[in-house]
Amino acid sequence: MALTDPRPLLLANARLIDPSTGSDMPGGLFIENGVIRDHGPGLVASAVPDGTEIVDCGGAVVAPGLVDIRCFVGEPGYEYRETLASASQAAAAGGVTTIVCQPSTEPVMDDPAIVDFLLRRARDTGIVRIYPMAAITKKLAGREMTEFGLLKEAGAVAFTDGARSVTNALVMRRAMTYARDFDALIVHHTEDPDLIGEGVMNEGEFASRLGLGGIPVEAETIMLERDMRLVKLTGVRYHAASITCRDSLAIIARAKNEGLPVTAAVTVNHLTLNENDIGSYRTFCKLTPPLRTEDDRLALADAVADGLIDVVVSDHDPHDVETKRLPFAEAEPGAVGVETMLPAALRLVHSGLVPLATLLKALSTTPAKLLGLPGGTLARGAPADLVVIDIDEPWVLDRDTLKSKCKNSPFDEARLTGRAIRTLVAGRTVHG
Amino acid sequence: MTTTPSSFVLNRRHLLGIDGLSASEITGLLDLAEEFVTLNRQVEKKRTSLRGRTQINLFFENSTRTQSSFELAGKRLGADVMNMSVAQSSIKKGETLIDTALTLNAMHPDILIMRHAASGAVELLSKKVDCSVVNAGDGTHEHPTQALLDALTIRRNKGRIERLTVAICGDILHSRVARSNIILLNQMQARVRAIGPSTLLPACAERLGVEVYRDMKEGLKDVDIVMMLRLQRERMNGSFVPSVQEYFHFFGLDEAKLRYAKPDALVMHPGPMNRGVEIATSVADGAQSLIREQVEMGVAVRMAVLEALARNLPNA
Repeated sequence: MALTDPRPLLLANARLIDPSTGSDMPGGLFIENGVIRDHGPGLVASAVPDGTEIVDCGGAVVAPGLVDIRCFVGEPGYEYRETLASASQAAAAGGVTTIVCQPSTEPVMDDPAIVDFLLRRARDTGIVRIYPMAAITKKLAGREMTEFGLLKEAGAVAFTDGARSVTNALVMRRAMTYARDFDALIVHHTEDPDLIGEGVMNEGEFASRLGLGGIPVEAETIMLERDMRLVKLTGVRYHAASITCRDSLAIIARAKNEGLPVTAAVTVNHLTLNENDIGSYRTFCKLTPPLRTEDDRLALADAVADGLIDVVVSDHDPHDVETKRLPFAEAEPGAVGVETMLPAALRLVHSGLVPLATLLKALSTTPAKLLGLPGGTLARGAPADLVVIDIDEPWVLDRDTLKSKCKNSPFDEARLTGRAIRTLVAGRTVHG
Repeated sequence: MTTTPSSFVLNRRHLLGIDGLSASEITGLLDLAEEFVTLNRQVEKKRTSLRGRTQINLFFENSTRTQSSFELAGKRLGADVMNMSVAQSSIKKGETLIDTALTLNAMHPDILIMRHAASGAVELLSKKVDCSVVNAGDGTHEHPTQALLDALTIRRNKGRIERLTVAICGDILHSRVARSNIILLNQMQARVRAIGPSTLLPACAERLGVEVYRDMKEGLKDVDIVMMLRLQRERMNGSFVPSVQEYFHFFGLDEAKLRYAKPDALVMHPGPMNRGVEIATSVADGAQSLIREQVEMGVAVRMAVLEALARNLPNA
């Protein structure tokens, strides 16, 4: 974790957006000792103590830093793909002040000692806040639940089997039952591997034309529906890690209407791309779950706008050329994204699908609150985890400029509008 | 020993469970057992009240402690005691159980003590034989003599059972001891708490007449009695709880957790114990532990049950 910047800082002449209070106003924001001391319209250079560093934001947005709760890093075990250091550099460049790592490390994050290792390593090498999710089942094998209590005490912020589903309903039931006692959040990837079969992209006309195996939306909806029944049975706090289609939205809506403690996330990829972006077998667009149709994408965007979808994540998943430069069916699924999450998501704002404040809420306030993490607010006394965003700057992404060790971005060469121009963690500038 | 034994008679043929026993029947059994505690501490421990009677201990599940306790109880009352341990595999089918019952019945026993891995098996057998049947544990259903011996231990140490707060902790889902104790303690006006992870609590546990806690520190607050239950190793590792380490950390009784109970709280365990799994050695062997006394009370309570039933047998 970065050290606190000792010098007070005023972010002046900004558009302050705080999704935690729903406020959106011009003004300044004053940071001292790593926390937000004050903010508001009257906060100008003359209102802060001498010696304060003044940054004129020129009307740019100042918002809580992004909190990305689905980030595959690879350390320990896959440092050639990404380290905590490189992932946090990428995060900072993308306006992300907190990343939550997934447990698919080597060894798997299923032991308190590994959680402890990660937290120490993050403290020593990271420049943003880094927290681990621990595995639901030992070795992600779907058979035996992990030590939820001890893992939580060690610092795990939630439990997930990453990109794997717990297919055995009895194991899932017991895990949920046990997790509830510890008020642990279960984050589940809902894809039935049996129904995926040999599929590599969304099932439909486009897959047929490409001659690629299809994955029906039912691979997702059947598992999600099962989970809703188990949530009702057990009362556990549940978060759907990544839903992709209109049908899943109906399931989430029904569960929420029933009052079940359920939340859901969608990846920025599924909000901004569709199956057609695969084009001529672009493996950078091979994802799990797969990109769906344009109709699904629009439904997901609407669901973010109306709050049915709670969280937007990057699903950052670095893969090197060895595993990506392969025929589509043989390539690994996954894309880097922590650095491009904000500019990609801003497409939704510029196209009028999602208001900016609503988007920022799903990118920062809600995920922070869901996992009980610092940040996600401009409240006085809160840690100064902030992003300054120029929402109108046009630019073209060159993947070679990405900070991630891997460059497998589906937004390579994409025209984007808006980006993080400054990122602060605990008041210290880590980007810009 | 009192010179005049109490005249208490258990007005029923079998003891299949605590369920159905009235508070006065329970009290009568405990009073009778008190007499046998005194008897058992003498050099001359024999009585002749079961002389001429045949007691068969029919154990379909291994048990050293309960079986020997019943054996000793029968012998001290002068009965002829026969132990039958039946291999688990040969009695899986209901027909075989009834065949066994009919075969035994032909030998004219007076009392059958039976343990079986299936809930309800003892009751089934009781309908097929002419003698008295005592449930020594059937599946995850009941273990009435354990509950009675626990009650006797509590009463001797606290002077009463009513209005005490008793916490039953651990694997309640699979515990016949817990079920019998919950029924008995409720019948005797005690307040009962069940503490354990939700995976080890029965469905709708609240409706069994207990307050349910999933946190030991909360659940143990101000209790008079802490009853720990045995956690079976096969219930570990992914099925119901993740690991021994985790279980002990959150649900094992150590000195720190015991401090949440009343200062004079007493600790019980039906045995055999997994030290370092559900109970720390320092607590099991500590000043607040009644675990050894429970074993002693076991013989006395079983003598009381046998005698009370025998008084009601034909030609008694």
